[in-house]
Amino acid sequence: MNSVMSHPAEALLSVENVRKAFPKPDGSDLLVLEGVNLRLEAGQIVGLLGRSGSGKSTLLRLIAGLADPSSGSLSFHGHPIHGPAAGIAMVFQSFALFPWMTVFENVALGLEAQRMPKGEIRKRSLAAIDLIGLDGFESAYPRELSGGMRQRVGFARALVVHPDILLMDEPFSALDVLTAETLRTDFLDLWSEGRAPIKGVILVTHNIEEAVLMCDRILVFGSNPGRILSEINVTLPQPRKRLDPSFRELVERIYVEMTSRRKGGPGTGADAAAGNRAERFPGLGIGSVLPRVSSNLLSGLIETVAAPPFNGTADLPKIASDLQMEIDELFPVAETLQLMRFAEVERGDIKLTEAGMAFANLALDERKRLFARHLLTYVPLAAHIRRVLDERASHAARKSRFIDELEDFMGEDDAEQTLRAIISLARYGEVFAYNDENASFSLENPV
Amino acid sequence: MSDPTTTRTEPFAFVRDLASRWDIIAIVVVIGVLTFFAEASRGLLAPMSKITGETLSLDPVHLPVYAARTTLRMFTALVVSLLFTFTYATWAAKSARAEKLLVPLLDILQSVPILGFLSITLVFFMSLVPGRVLGAEFAAVFVIFTSQAWNMAFSFYQSLRTLPDELCDACGSFRLTPWMRFWQLEVPFAMPALLWNMMMSMSGSWFFVVASEAFTVGKTNVMLPGIGSYIAVANAQGNLRAIGWAILTMLIVILLYDQLIFRPLVVWSDRFKVDQELGGRSPRSWALTMMQHSRIVAAMRTLFFAAVRWTGRWAPRPQALISLARAGTARSTDMIWFSVLVLLVGLALWRIATTLIGETSLPEAIEVCELAAITMIRVVILIALASLLWVPIGIWVGLRPRATQIVQPVAQFLAAFPANLLFPLAVFGIVSGKLNPDIWLSPLMILGTQWYILFNVIAGASAMPQELRYASQNFGISGWLWWRKVALPGVLPYYVTGAITASGGSWNAAIVAELVSWRDVEVKAHGIGAYIDQATTAGDFHRIILGITTMSLFVVAINRAFWRPLYYYAERKFRLT
Repeated sequence: MNSVMSHPAEALLSVENVRKAFPKPDGSDLLVLEGVNLRLEAGQIVGLLGRSGSGKSTLLRLIAGLADPSSGSLSFHGHPIHGPAAGIAMVFQSFALFPWMTVFENVALGLEAQRMPKGEIRKRSLAAIDLIGLDGFESAYPRELSGGMRQRVGFARALVVHPDILLMDEPFSALDVLTAETLRTDFLDLWSEGRAPIKGVILVTHNIEEAVLMCDRILVFGSNPGRILSEINVTLPQPRKRLDPSFRELVERIYVEMTSRRKGGPGTGADAAAGNRAERFPGLGIGSVLPRVSSNLLSGLIETVAAPPFNGTADLPKIASDLQMEIDELFPVAETLQLMRFAEVERGDIKLTEAGMAFANLALDERKRLFARHLLTYVPLAAHIRRVLDERASHAARKSRFIDELEDFMGEDDAEQTLRAIISLARYGEVFAYNDENASFSLENPV
Repeated sequence: MSDPTTTRTEPFAFVRDLASRWDIIAIVVVIGVLTFFAEASRGLLAPMSKITGETLSLDPVHLPVYAARTTLRMFTALVVSLLFTFTYATWAAKSARAEKLLVPLLDILQSVPILGFLSITLVFFMSLVPGRVLGAEFAAVFVIFTSQAWNMAFSFYQSLRTLPDELCDACGSFRLTPWMRFWQLEVPFAMPALLWNMMMSMSGSWFFVVASEAFTVGKTNVMLPGIGSYIAVANAQGNLRAIGWAILTMLIVILLYDQLIFRPLVVWSDRFKVDQELGGRSPRSWALTMMQHSRIVAAMRTLFFAAVRWTGRWAPRPQALISLARAGTARSTDMIWFSVLVLLVGLALWRIATTLIGETSLPEAIEVCELAAITMIRVVILIALASLLWVPIGIWVGLRPRATQIVQPVAQFLAAFPANLLFPLAVFGIVSGKLNPDIWLSPLMILGTQWYILFNVIAGASAMPQELRYASQNFGISGWLWWRKVALPGVLPYYVTGAITASGGSWNAAIVAELVSWRDVEVKAHGIGAYIDQATTAGDFHRIILGITTMSLFVVAINRAFWRPLYYYAERKFRLT
């Protein structure tokens, strides 16, 4: 133990070759995380950056000891993690405060669980409340507080147990922009001045700027299965300025990283290429998970990119800040456009195709016809459903039939989401109809 | 802390320091309650002979003591129901394997007419403490328990299954032991719904109090001192004044426990709602204000929470990972568990079948089915009539906040009022008017249960979003179109909830409502309720079992085939929020 403490290069946390799979109803496994390696050293903030579904939150739960990996190992101070460890505390996205406890009781809960003497609990809780700027709010209930103050309670509750590692699961994403920025700055102040009793931080986020602002190291996650795509060291000195050219450059670089075409990713190269061959190779290409995207957003993004100042090509970070969209909202829209060949997404840019530019200038009815044509040509699942409906004498089919097919490739929730996404696209293009009442597809449009 | 210039010397400041004015009220209340219960628990160990004769006096002077004993019985049953809830529902929620058996079982228990089991269970409990009053008390408490426990357990189970994930994770990551987790997360989270169900249970159990205190087992005639027995004796003697006194006493008791226990609890449990928004006026309770201002109560509360904390510390901490997600079950163990279940169910079926086949005949079974069908027709017609009456009224009231404030508590009280108190009056009317009992006894079945339809519809109408109502006004939607497209769909989920409760309650009420007596006059309608009632009085176990089984099958079948699909349909399509 002594040698462990004195060794400077000893990792606070090390994650080796971790894999996590969930069993599917049919007995096979759904892989959510594969081959993940991670080392957290004292004095570092490591960011896990990725889209939803990239397994970053699952990794955080594994580190917190809330779940066990399917294979691989996690260790904290060199000891394997089995169950929640005493030196690891967590801050939650939606705060996870107990509404029936006061601020003080919420903060004291973790110490209570450690069976600390009452006087000690009181002393340390008040100190943590003080540290995080909640003085005077001890007896308030969470419902009386604003979002920002609630998350401060979340921080105080995590810090009071004096953890070596603080885990943060998108802690600022439920807050408004200004509050989030204040809280980030306050946290960074605590951290850089060494006033917070923590040695290392792991921050899960889908906000690229937040990652660049706060982290010393950023691990970019990819989906299907969740894995680390690349690692970026951020060497900019603190405090960092968002408008700094080197800051912008790094943000741009990560956008490029996250939008570069990769084999197997949803809506990227391999799947899109499979699209027009779907007719000849039934089954091929329907296995990719589609995001649910509103048709309003699709046409809205096309119109925005087509119009000046972009005139057909736009920088994604610029679009994101212009439209006030997080990458979690923007990327699915851009990728759906790419899948349908209305746009190309590469190197952090979105560029409309000829069809995309044409779409922007058409009237509603013609837009719908163009949309329908692209949907049937490039989205294999849409083509598949349409073909089944065409072939049947009744021109109708139950939803469960397609859900079953999709579940060969993906989990229950993803199958539902993918089918919902297709339904929404098909309704806009008037390619086929869906009746939620009896959960069935048909070719007739209701009057 | 005190600035000398602003501090005045007050006369008798030490008295004020010692006890606030709330304390004085609190002391009186606490001592009053203790006396009440001490009085009530006297005579538990007396020999049986003391309560079987005509010892029960109709003199209203005795009513406070009778009321105390009845209340004590009800609260004992409530405590037992809570214990049952905490164990049974927790087990069902935590073990996937147990869940498969426990939840359907609970569902059946909830819809089975428990009044019918009365005589069977009575014999068992009387035999536990032979010859003593205590045995009969056990039996009475058990009957009341069976009328309270199921919906409480269901509500707790549902709360446990819908715990917010992040709060569970927070408990995990701050390493709370399962025991702490239970008291700090699970019970508080379930509290508002559980409390509401406890109130429903208390209301519902008044109906059974009347049946559970005065009963006949074979040749033994038991009369436990209480309001129920008082009413039974008053009925037998045809003493209308005594019945009036009993109703008055009941009103006072209901008012007291509502004001002293449930209202404070409801107000207090408001903080356990996870929906974290301020706004809206929170409910108030003078009794809670008293408790919150009283130092004695505060001291007791501190003591209680210290005890909770202490047990939290004392509870063992599991060494390994507490599996928060429920463990996946191994298929082989599942198979064994499942086979054991099938075996047990088969065994039970065989027992029932041989008993029935040996002692009853096929024609009789068919006749019982016909009787059940008659009762079913009655229930359906009554629910339809009650709906025609109460749905429009409920919507009208629910859309007017002022009317809602007045009508809602009244409807809830009427639901608590044991309708069987009014049965003698009906007999009186039927006999003197020479009316057809098959028709005129029927309304008694729904007398106590129709209110569930009313207050659920009121709740639904008042929950309708204001904007939706403005929109329909704006588009000039009125008259029949408004009822058909706006009002009725809007309250449908609430109406279905109310109608399910009303229908279940009516089946149960059939057992006492289809055969009613007043002095020595007996009025009987055709139906399975009367059949079971007669079999119970005669102590004919085979017919009781035949009747109950048939009735249970009917109730379960109607629930599965009609109410449940309707409920899910309404929830999916018409839930507004």
